[in-house]
Amino acid sequence: MAIVFQKPHALTDAPFHYCPGCTHGICHRLVAEVLDELGVEGNAIGVAPVGCAVMAYDYFNCDMQEAAHGRAPAVATGIKRVHPDKVVFTYQGDGDLAAIGTAETVHSAARGENITIIFINNTIYGMTGGQMAPTTLPGQVTQTSPYGRDIKTQGNPIRVCEMLSTLDGPSYIARVALDSVPNIKKAKASIKKAFQNQIEGKGFSLVEVLSTCPTNWGLSPIEAIKRLQKDMLPYYPLGVYKDIDNENK
Amino acid sequence: MSEKVLMKGNEAIGEAAIRSGCRHFFGYPITPQTELSAYMAKKMPKIGGVFLQAESEVAAINMVYGAAGAGARAMTSSSSPGISLKSEGISYIAGADLPCVIVDIVRGGPGLGGIQPAQSDYFQVTKGGGHGDYHLIVFAPNSVQEIVSLTADAFNKSEEYRVPAMILGDGTLGQMMEPVDFDSVPEPKKADKSWATTGTGLKREHNIINSLYLSPEALEKTIIERQKRYDIIKEKEQRYEAHDIEDADIVVTAYGTTSRVVESAVKTLRSEGLKVGVIRPITLWPFPDKIFAEAAKTAKAFLSVEMSMGQMVEDVKIAVNGKAPVYFFGRTGGIIPTPQEIIEEVRKIAGGLK
Repeated sequence: MAIVFQKPHALTDAPFHYCPGCTHGICHRLVAEVLDELGVEGNAIGVAPVGCAVMAYDYFNCDMQEAAHGRAPAVATGIKRVHPDKVVFTYQGDGDLAAIGTAETVHSAARGENITIIFINNTIYGMTGGQMAPTTLPGQVTQTSPYGRDIKTQGNPIRVCEMLSTLDGPSYIARVALDSVPNIKKAKASIKKAFQNQIEGKGFSLVEVLSTCPTNWGLSPIEAIKRLQKDMLPYYPLGVYKDIDNENK
Repeated sequence: MSEKVLMKGNEAIGEAAIRSGCRHFFGYPITPQTELSAYMAKKMPKIGGVFLQAESEVAAINMVYGAAGAGARAMTSSSSPGISLKSEGISYIAGADLPCVIVDIVRGGPGLGGIQPAQSDYFQVTKGGGHGDYHLIVFAPNSVQEIVSLTADAFNKSEEYRVPAMILGDGTLGQMMEPVDFDSVPEPKKADKSWATTGTGLKREHNIINSLYLSPEALEKTIIERQKRYDIIKEKEQRYEAHDIEDADIVVTAYGTTSRVVESAVKTLRSEGLKVGVIRPITLWPFPDKIFAEAAKTAKAFLSVEMSMGQMVEDVKIAVNGKAPVYFFGRTGGIIPTPQEIIEEVRKIAGGLK
């Protein structure tokens, strides 16, 4: 019988701990499919964050390191400088990457560190139960912005792709979303490109993946997808923000 | 014949590390250890090594985590305020059982403190610094020559026990120049690093470098297993230098730069006929408590001399265990005790004994 669908080899058999409707599962699968398709699982070393994806080291079949909160790009830098021939990636959330780890993110990008970063933006701290993130939208209600994020006192969200694309270091910066089949296909293409760039030695690549957090948004999975489309897409436009392949043409 | 060269302590650490097989150094500038980073920046590119100036001490120690987890002999260095920043990463390194070497060229604190030599971070490096039940193997050289042999030992012991090691110096030791040779650096030992993340090659289960255990039973198990290694280290790795303690009424103890001052004070005191001996801890963790317990069988008093307000003296008291009074003398904030101050302190104690 022909196999039409199966678990990617780059994922272990460990069941995901993610909440129902959370898009981490989709994103894990996309990364694993890309590792399979590029044939680099045996050559890959991943770095897990602190946040909902903290146990990503149990899910990816490749060698993995668990980093301190926000430090994944520094850990990945250390690994890559020891094994320049290996494929090194981090998988981080918005609090990890854009709050506590801002310096590590910006400087690994500025160095053009030849690594791949998968950045999950769901506008909230999931693991700790739904607090305001650096990407929380203006007016968004969270546990620590109970009256809605007031930009006068709680500041503005950070658009990571726009910020990093001003740097000379990165080779590829793109924002994708996991809200529909066509966008999930585009997301996979971007993730693949971000890994291919590293394999080809082009330098730092980051894919921001707009994701949902039904549990902490207080929405059903379907309502959460609608919120992503209605509120997040206008504030965080999809697209390629930097691609040295196009610049060089 | 060995060739002696004149070198600063900080540079000697760098050369000894390179000769010990270290090819990955992650630094961040801070006085008074910057010569080490500068030395590595100059040397590493010439020998196929990596020198990387990180964006912060926090990033540098996490680069060490990544590099050590990937199987390399990795090193970072800093001074007191920078070690505070690195303490998060040091705790993770200890929790993930990664070998590496961290250099701390101590300056006066707290806060920004000063840039002159101090020993006020003894608690930080021997009792934690970061969170959790962990220890570093802490080596405290007192000469540029000893820096060389202890740097080599730090890499080897760290890998032997999978416990991070520290070279603890102070501004004086880091900055002063002494003649030194590198004959004491052995060929780097090949440690088993089958745990490292080097890529599975699809030939083995994936390796995971991690300090997270959500099940209390699992976490306790890892801590107890690590504690057993600590117990072996405490049993086998205590190092010290001692002299004249057999007949000593008073045992003076000091480490690092302070021990050099103590030596000249004790020379004068013995020439005056006072029975004074010296114990110089070379490892601060494990603290060499056995020699103190031994000396406490006959000595009538102990004096701990430090560039702090009294930190190592607590370990001396624990080791002496009430068998004799333990006194303290210290200067701090970047001031080095003078031989005369120590002489007077010992005379005072000797007067009290009569």
